Amino acid sequence: MNNLKRKKPVITERRKFLSTMAQSVGLSALGGMVWTGYIEEAKAAPLILRPPGAKSETDFLRSCIKCGQCAEACPFDTLRMAKPGDNKPMGTPFFIPREVPCYMCTDIPCVPVCPTGALDIDLVSVMKEGEKVLDIEKSKMGVAVVDEESCIAYWGIQCDACYRACPVMDKAIVLEYKRNDRTGKHAFLIPKINSKACTGCGLCERACVTEKAAIFVLPHEVAQGKVGGHYIKGWDQKDENRLEDISTDVTTHTKRSELEAQDYLNNSEVLFDD
Amino acid sequence: MISFIKKHRFLMLRRVSQLTLIGLYFSANAYGLGILKGTLSSSLLLDTIPLSDPFAVMQMFAAGAILSMDVLIGALIILLFYMTIAGRAFCSWVCPINMITDLANWLRRVLYLDKTEKKLWLGRSVRYWLIGLTLILSVITNIAAFEIVSPISMLHRGLVFGMGMGTAAVLSIFLFDLFAVKNGWCGHICPLGGFYAVSSKMSLIRVKHNQPNCTLCMKCKDVCPEKQILSIIGKESGDVISGECTNCGRCIEVCDDDALSFGVRNYINKNG
Repeated sequence: MNNLKRKKPVITERRKFLSTMAQSVGLSALGGMVWTGYIEEAKAAPLILRPPGAKSETDFLRSCIKCGQCAEACPFDTLRMAKPGDNKPMGTPFFIPREVPCYMCTDIPCVPVCPTGALDIDLVSVMKEGEKVLDIEKSKMGVAVVDEESCIAYWGIQCDACYRACPVMDKAIVLEYKRNDRTGKHAFLIPKINSKACTGCGLCERACVTEKAAIFVLPHEVAQGKVGGHYIKGWDQKDENRLEDISTDVTTHTKRSELEAQDYLNNSEVLFDD
Repeated sequence: MISFIKKHRFLMLRRVSQLTLIGLYFSANAYGLGILKGTLSSSLLLDTIPLSDPFAVMQMFAAGAILSMDVLIGALIILLFYMTIAGRAFCSWVCPINMITDLANWLRRVLYLDKTEKKLWLGRSVRYWLIGLTLILSVITNIAAFEIVSPISMLHRGLVFGMGMGTAAVLSIFLFDLFAVKNGWCGHICPLGGFYAVSSKMSLIRVKHNQPNCTLCMKCKDVCPEKQILSIIGKESGDVISGECTNCGRCIEVCDDDALSFGVRNYINKNG
């Protein structure tokens, strides 16, 4: 009978400690998962445009301390700090070109004030006579893209608003002349963007005359594709050089190919597993 | 009037300190005044001295950022200032959220909410767990985890650059402190407060208790946002040594018996 009687549980100090620790760790894990979920969602803002000299988005988010000194230094109030409700990573600087584009100041006041290097001077500098000089044309805030449907230059109407607004004129946007077959006597003056020269300042987007801009800036990751290493420009000596280190063995090696053709046809073992 | 000022002298000084800082940051952005640029996360004093939030810098380090000299020096200046001199004074003399939570706490007292509300339990050690969690999540998510949700930065940046929906975050804290847990945010949850509580444990400026003068009226414990630190009241003379003390000075000014004062911690003569 004695064995059947339940003993009153003894709550030792050790049990108390272990269970409160388990509770705290458990609740931390719970909170941590919700919190991580929020952060991962909040970080995903693929269409955000960053100030000049910003590091890659991952490195930028790592090192931006959200102090706002870049936004304060900007003389045109281009840069704004993401507020709750902007749906952008909280407190980080960005700009909306259609509202206020980057006017590409030659002294780039927003970059040197960055205390953390999230805006990196080296990314907007060139070496000139052994000296590091700021060069805003090196900045890669994004790249302009044209919607051919809504660009009136593609309709045949003469409009070169974006071309004339571009601070890297005739390099980032060039006008391509084409015969307009519809009228037979006019020309198309079509804006073409050179993604290497385009800084993503957005002056073109600001200048565009259509109701919603037909030319607009997108981050490089969004606007550009990637060929991959397996295509080589055979006509380009420099690109061709990439072939030098590549192994020339193109034979496929499998279990079966180790044998001579004759052998594997006559040897049923390799034809059947087990 | 004179006695009202005397009874609220530190409170008024704290409001002056908090509002002046916001004013300086705001004027830097709005009018280009070059005294204090940036925000509480990182700023530049008089165009020369960098200042940074040491907890934010720790998170950035955990997130894998390469720290620049400017933020390291800035964080060190702030850390050493609170560590050696001011204690956890950031919370009561600088942080703008303090005005919100003080308001909630004051309403709690004058409306006797403590006596009527249902009690929700929340441990005061939650903040220390959150420090650890903040750092772990910074490693996992590659971004300063508390900075991206911090209502302190939201409010402060909001005051300098425009609030947006940040008002909702601030209101949430107000409602939480008013109706959920007394001193809920500052005294239980905020990992930044927890960080300063740990890092400035050894600071010199301390509240001192003169036990023979004490009449055990407990007004000090009534106003103290971290009342567990006032365990020596009425028992023994000495310093309030807990790092959780924010050096707000409310206990000193409400004391009618001259039993509390600010002083320098006595490290040399323990009995003195």
